[in-house]
Amino acid sequence: MTDPILDIRNLSVRYRGTPDPAVRGVSFTLGRERLGIVGESGSGKSTVGRALLKLLPTAEITAERMQFEEVDLLNAPERRMLKLRGRRMSMILQDPKFSLNPIQRCGHQIAEAYRTHVRASKAEAKAKAVEMLAAVQIRDPERVYMLYPHEVSGGMGQRIMIAMMLLTDPDLVIADEPTSALDVTVRLQVLNILDALVRDHGIGLIMISHDLNLVRNFCDRVLIMYAGQVVETLDAADLDHATHPYTRGLLAAQPRIGGDRSALPVLERDASWAQTGATT
Amino acid sequence: MWRSRRTARSALQQLTTIAVTLLGLLVMTFIIGRMMPVDPVAAIVGEDATRDVYENVYRKLGLDRPVWQQFLFYLRDVATLDFGVSIRTGQPVLNDILHVLPATIELATFAIIIGAGLGAPLGVMAAVNKDRWPDHVIRVFSLMGHSMPIFWTGMIGLLVFYAGLGWVGGSGRMATFYIGLVPERTGFLFIDSAMAGEWDVFWSALNHVILPAALLGYSSAAYITRMTRSFMLDQLNQEYITTARVKGLSSRKTIWRHAFGNIRVQLVTIVALAYGSLLEGAVLIETVFAWPGFGQYLTSNLIIGDMNAVMTCVLVVGLIFITLNLISDLLYRVFDPRTRAS
Amino acid sequence: MTAATQPRRMPQSLIALRNILAFLMRSPTSAFGLVVLAILILTAIFAPLLATHDPYVQDLQNTLQRPGNGHLFGTDELGRDIYSRLVYGSRITLTIIFLVTIVVGPIGLLVGTVSGYFGGWWDTVLMRITDIFLSFPSLILSLAFVAALGPSLNNAIIAISLTAWPPIARLARAETLTFRAADYISAARLQGASATRIIWKSIMPMCLPSVMIRLTLNMATVILTAAGLGFLGLGAQPPLPEWGAMIATGRRYMIDHWWLVTFPGLAILAVSLAFNLLGDGLRDALDPKQMNKR
Ligand SMILES: Nc1ncnc2c1ncn2[C@@H]1O[C@H](COP(=O)(O)OP(=O)(O)OP(=O)(O)O)[C@@H](O)[C@H]1O
Ligand SMILES: [Mg+2]
Repeated sequence: MTDPILDIRNLSVRYRGTPDPAVRGVSFTLGRERLGIVGESGSGKSTVGRALLKLLPTAEITAERMQFEEVDLLNAPERRMLKLRGRRMSMILQDPKFSLNPIQRCGHQIAEAYRTHVRASKAEAKAKAVEMLAAVQIRDPERVYMLYPHEVSGGMGQRIMIAMMLLTDPDLVIADEPTSALDVTVRLQVLNILDALVRDHGIGLIMISHDLNLVRNFCDRVLIMYAGQVVETLDAADLDHATHPYTRGLLAAQPRIGGDRSALPVLERDASWAQTGATT
Repeated sequence: MWRSRRTARSALQQLTTIAVTLLGLLVMTFIIGRMMPVDPVAAIVGEDATRDVYENVYRKLGLDRPVWQQFLFYLRDVATLDFGVSIRTGQPVLNDILHVLPATIELATFAIIIGAGLGAPLGVMAAVNKDRWPDHVIRVFSLMGHSMPIFWTGMIGLLVFYAGLGWVGGSGRMATFYIGLVPERTGFLFIDSAMAGEWDVFWSALNHVILPAALLGYSSAAYITRMTRSFMLDQLNQEYITTARVKGLSSRKTIWRHAFGNIRVQLVTIVALAYGSLLEGAVLIETVFAWPGFGQYLTSNLIIGDMNAVMTCVLVVGLIFITLNLISDLLYRVFDPRTRAS
Repeated sequence: MTAATQPRRMPQSLIALRNILAFLMRSPTSAFGLVVLAILILTAIFAPLLATHDPYVQDLQNTLQRPGNGHLFGTDELGRDIYSRLVYGSRITLTIIFLVTIVVGPIGLLVGTVSGYFGGWWDTVLMRITDIFLSFPSLILSLAFVAALGPSLNNAIIAISLTAWPPIARLARAETLTFRAADYISAARLQGASATRIIWKSIMPMCLPSVMIRLTLNMATVILTAAGLGFLGLGAQPPLPEWGAMIATGRRYMIDHWWLVTFPGLAILAVSLAFNLLGDGLRDALDPKQMNKR
């Protein structure tokens, strides 16, 4: 891993009006690979993702280092961030029902992402958007281009979201629980589309999820978060050899197809995990 | 098909609501008319009519019948647009009202343009800067507009801007020496004077409308600002705003193109309702500015107790309110893609 | 359960009141509202002490005097001291506030609780009537009512009350709906308490706080409507020193004698602004999201 896309050291985020930081001392690097961030609800996964894009107006972000390729994110002014967001780093949000503007046609929203960063005529942007809709395996993209968000299904909505976010060919994509709002039947389909695109374009992907099985199958490496801290970093293949008791607890709590049918064990927690923090 | 049936049902429901409200409106004006301390017969025949004449008119008006029959007569009159004759002018009330309404509509329209033009941007600014100083300043400014006794502000405005500084015209719709110069075609002075090519009159009218319209507009801007702020706050918390920012849109574009775009329909509704309540403000401000409109017509008839005129004025205002409500409802259906049948 | 909570309710509500007051005093705008209203009440109580002249005594030698010279705010067209008239006028304003409150509060509570408690047919009819009143512009309706009843201060108060109760009724109904299902209401019903008793003893006291707040919020409109009626000659009649009526008479002399209309207007503005600022602060104080943030 010669040239990391992201190099994060000791990232902490505190929301204004709260006494304790929601994320503390998180460090990791990301190359042209797929990194999973796993943890229970409220562990600070989304906060990390949004902090990377500097999308938290009500939070204080501190870090030793926040490097995205040649850009020092920590000191980048908003003007610089506008050029990065949507062009070189983007984010796929959880629920297409809420993350698409309800009163604009889906196609226009995709085209807008393109026209924000590339000088192009409306027709060019539209052609580009339709092409991208086809790339996320939407049949009849011309028709879908003209639909409103309430007229498309969840799976299609999320594919529209993926099209919108990958249209400018970014270097980094953060997917914040991209499939947890979807039907189980379309989850895999959407993930495969995302996976194929990420591989083809050599994009660095951060996949946020609380589903360990999903992350295991779609990622190269996994960060385990607990109470705002990274408790363990592992290669996906080595998950079964995890050492931290929280990770082991998470693993044991996952239902496995073909596994035995005994009751799933209840996840145990220990106050000391939150204090000692990451021991990478 | 399923969609259209649902639309039909909700349209039916709405029609029922309107019918009930209309009936309520008519009952109310009827009661007000009965309660008026004026003898309607004496008002027609005069104080010194003979007993015979009096009885005759009394029966002709149906006042010897039971109250419910009188109400039915009233309904019949309303249905045939027969609202009786104004005692003061001797004209059919409806003609009178149609004659004075354009002046008020002109004033209210200017006022709503000022009110919405001021209120909507201020509301957006307050929402974007929530709990910071622009929010506080805008809040006090708009509450101020909400707290002004408009008749008083009108006088102070006249004192300062007309008598003191001479920036605006004084009372009335135009300078006195222009009155009668322009032939009345539509009743709307701006249209009439432009049609006649009398640009001096046009400017004089503008000069006169600007102060009362600005004051009325300020008072309705208070309401519009507050509602815009709360609508915007709702939208700014939505996920699609994050999407827009992730795309790399500047905060200005995010706010106006996405968040504001989503409150447009709600805003139009609010503006429609504000337009209705401007008619209320007009009653007071027209008195101060000697504006020959609906408000002045209503108050001068109130004071002499002209029953027909008052009942009809209340009815007309009620109808305007119901219509505005209906229009804003329709706007929702037409402009929000989520409620529009595809 | 009721027995345990009952005795504690009084002190608790007092504590809540103290917290709310503390919250209000922390924001400069609502503190301003509180102070103005305190001044209004004190002025009304101590009017005879504060006034420098008799508000009704005419002095035709001294008409239309400029402010100063022993008349703080000048004199009006009949030589009466404007300052003293304003001071006594505060009593009229307070009377209006008081009477509208005690008329509108009970009517709104009664309609709302009955509608919410019984539901069904009662609810439909009462709420339809409420909606009809709500769909009217309130000033025009009050105007028409006063015209029908005859112009006087009392009739103005009645007319304003007639148009001010519907929002209260709606609120009381919404509150009742949330309480109706509560355990202690069902328990009372099972014990055979009559509907009247339950509404009177259990539901109305629960609705009271929010109704009071809503009344505060609406009071600015009430003040402005009353002043507007006074201005049109449909409210308080001369020689009563009602502020709106003072403006109406002062209007004739306005161009050369600005003080006749300026000071009464400022008084109306101050009181209605005070209610608006206070209401705004109260809304914040009672919004749970806001309270958590502190
Ligand atoms: N805007 C905010 N203001 C204050 N606190 C916040 C805000 N957003 C999140 N938090 C807090 O920060 C912590 C981390 O939240 P975050 O949304 O990052 O968790 P998450 O791991 O993404 O959870 P989930 O799986 O439910 O999405 C939580 O305790 C949450 O309450
Ligand atoms: Mg999350």
